[in-house]
Amino acid sequence: MKHLVAEFDAIRARFPSGFDSSLVVPFLRRIQEDRGYVADSDIDALVDYLRVPRIQIEEVLSYYTQFRRKPIGRWHVQACRNVSCSLLGADRIVDHLTQKLRIRPGETTSDGRFTLSTVECLASCGTAPVVMINETCHECVTPQKLDALLEALT
Amino acid sequence: MSSTKLLMTFPVSATSHTLVEYRERGGYATLEKVLRQMTPTQVNDEITASGIQGRGGAAFPMGRKWGVIHLNDGQPHYLCANADEGEPGTFKDRWILENAPHLLVESMVIAAYALQVRNAFVYMRGEFDLPYRRLAASVDEAYEAGYLGERILGTDVSCDLVIYRGAGSYVCGEASALLTSIEGRKPYPRNRPPRLTVRGLYQRPTVVNNVETLANIVGILRDGAKAFREHGTAKNPGTRLISVSGHVNKPGVYEIEIGYPWRRFIDEDCGGMLHGRALKCVIPGGLSTKVLTAADIATLTLDNESVEAAGSSMGSGGMIVVAEGTCMVRMLQVMLRFYHHESCGQCTPCREGMGWMHRIIDRIVAGDGRPEDLDQMARIARMNDGTTICGMGDAAGYATVGILAKYRDEFDYWIEHKRSRHDGNLECRRSS
Repeated sequence: MKHLVAEFDAIRARFPSGFDSSLVVPFLRRIQEDRGYVADSDIDALVDYLRVPRIQIEEVLSYYTQFRRKPIGRWHVQACRNVSCSLLGADRIVDHLTQKLRIRPGETTSDGRFTLSTVECLASCGTAPVVMINETCHECVTPQKLDALLEALT
Repeated sequence: MSSTKLLMTFPVSATSHTLVEYRERGGYATLEKVLRQMTPTQVNDEITASGIQGRGGAAFPMGRKWGVIHLNDGQPHYLCANADEGEPGTFKDRWILENAPHLLVESMVIAAYALQVRNAFVYMRGEFDLPYRRLAASVDEAYEAGYLGERILGTDVSCDLVIYRGAGSYVCGEASALLTSIEGRKPYPRNRPPRLTVRGLYQRPTVVNNVETLANIVGILRDGAKAFREHGTAKNPGTRLISVSGHVNKPGVYEIEIGYPWRRFIDEDCGGMLHGRALKCVIPGGLSTKVLTAADIATLTLDNESVEAAGSSMGSGGMIVVAEGTCMVRMLQVMLRFYHHESCGQCTPCREGMGWMHRIIDRIVAGDGRPEDLDQMARIARMNDGTTICGMGDAAGYATVGILAKYRDEFDYWIEHKRSRHDGNLECRRSS
């Protein structure tokens, strides 16, 4: 985490002073962006830097679905299966991904390239069905479009 | 086509969200006028006079929410835009964040001036990528141009704006949970009273408004409350962004004048039903609003009073349109899986009830349903009514009871025959 401290100081400047616990979520997000997950050593470093109780960081980490304590595949494929996407074929998309990647939701391919997840509503229901791959939201996906997308990823 | 536009007033292009083009459309002139010519009280009065109701779901009058803030009471006040947009079916705020981010920034600086706020926040859901990048770039542009930061436009008004990104939690769209999330704790919703406008973020008076509600501020102050009230209905003035998804030919975000005819909206504006299928039902304003059948909405108009009189709500404006041939049992299964997943676990009726209903519907779909299951689900749903700290328990219950009441025959059929009356279809295929 140490190499992010300068960046953290800059983020801190725009927050009201005296409420450092507000920085837990933004800093954890940044750490995860950097490392891919949040390691025990990151928590130790954050406790030292922010002087907030360790339990508070653990509590936040365990509550939010986006935080990870373990590494995942290089490409995180997240398929929405809420109502709007289901009405336009999310089931078929999830089935296709399961067959194509030969893993079930929640698993990572043995070569470490792909992790598959199913998620609830990404607020892009007008372009359903949607699949997020890492930070990018792919709209109106079909099995054919997904094949092309996945093959382009290394 | 509904012609009145207060927010979607310009053609969207690859650069229409930038400060340069926003200024060409008259951007930040209203902020300048307000800071130089109006007092905070005058701004508050204008907002109250406009009669605008919140666009996030609860339709609470913005002026009444703001009116609780005491100016010059010697304590810090906070302002927070709710850009969590987690209610399934809702993606209207995404349109503003992606295409008119400066409209939100300008509106928020005006609101901050009116409410004597030094630190303002935009709480944005963690999954938003382009909306975040667009808004973050706009905030940087606004700081650079002197619309944010110290001594805005040379006046003695200062305001900082932070974009606070969530990390995946439906409950954070609830205003008190959202503030607790910003405080860096597990986002459990809080009991009221005290209201958030009395004790909100860091225990100080805080206004939380939806993105679309806030985005109307510039227009209201530029053209006046009277002009705003010329649109919509007397009780529910203005326009609304409706995000339409599901079985229509042209899903997307539409701005309609409040009071617009519902069927006309679906049949003309949204290009009619997919594959010419008949309309089965509509979830009017986000997943948690009660389903209305095609017959229910035949003569309805899109305004809060009409939709409430029909037993549902305009909610967040997230309209999900469903064609004939769709299996409502499977649909409720998807909904209950979602609510079960998202219950924060603070209140017993919601924590236990969502899981319980989810297990029952899974059992029905697996072919092991029992005749008493439906009454049991209705009972569990009712147990959530008014017994939980936030509205999620109630809302999930209403949505469940709504579907069970209107499509009971499909559930009975599945329990009796161990299969769906509609082949378990959620997708609307061309051939059938």
